[in-house]
Amino acid sequence: MRSEIRVRVLFFASLRDLFGRGEDVWSLPEGATLGRLKEEIFRGCKAGDEVSKCLRFGVNQDFASMETLLQDGDEVALLPPLSGG
Amino acid sequence: MLWLQITEQRIATGALYQALEDAACGAVAIFEGRVRDHHGGRKVRDLDYECYRPMAEKILAKVAREAGARWEPAKIVVAHRIGRIPIGEAAVWIGVAAAHREEAFAACRFLIEEIKHSVPIWKRETYVDGSQAWVACLPA
Repeated sequence: MRSEIRVRVLFFASLRDLFGRGEDVWSLPEGATLGRLKEEIFRGCKAGDEVSKCLRFGVNQDFASMETLLQDGDEVALLPPLSGG
Repeated sequence: MLWLQITEQRIATGALYQALEDAACGAVAIFEGRVRDHHGGRKVRDLDYECYRPMAEKILAKVAREAGARWEPAKIVVAHRIGRIPIGEAAVWIGVAAAHREEAFAACRFLIEEIKHSVPIWKRETYVDGSQAWVACLPA
C-alpha cells in the first residue's frame, strides 16, 4: 500500500475569500506533484477554472512549478496575482 | 549594505534616507510608493496590505542581492509597510546609493518592478462606498 503525505496549504488574499479559510492540510499519495494537489484543491470549485489559471504557487517559500514533487510536511502557498509596492 | 524591512509601522522615511549616506556615493535614487486616492475611476478610502511574510522576506532578500550583484550600489534600503495604510502615506520606500546615477536609477527601477511582480504581497482597496476589491498586478 502506498504511503500518504500530508502538506500544509495556505490561501492568501482573494483565495482566502474564495475558500473561506487561510489554511488547511491535504493528504496525498507519496510521489504526488504540485499539479496533482492543484487539481484536488480546485475540483468542484465553481470559480475554480478562471482563478486557477492566474495562480502561482510557493513550496517551502520558493516559487514552484506543477512538476514539483511534494514531500510530507511541505508548506504549499496559493498565490493569487501579486500587488505589492 | 542591504537594509530590508517589512513592517506594520508607518515608514520612517527620514531615518531611511539617512541610512543611505555615504561619502563615496554621488547618486541616491529614491522611489516612494504612496497610497493613491483613486484607481480605475473609483475613489479609494484606504488600502490593506497583506503578505506571506516568510516568503516575502526570502524573495525580497533575493531581489536585493540580485540588484547588488548587477549594479554594485554601495547601499540598498527597502521598507514595505503592511496592514491598513491611509491615503497619502508610504506603502513602499526604496533607496539606492551608488557612485553614479546610471547604477542608482537602474537598481532602484529594478527593485520596484521586482517587488511588484515577485514578492508575495497583496493589496485590497476599500472604496468610499465601503466596497472592497483585491488588486491584481498585471504580468511583467
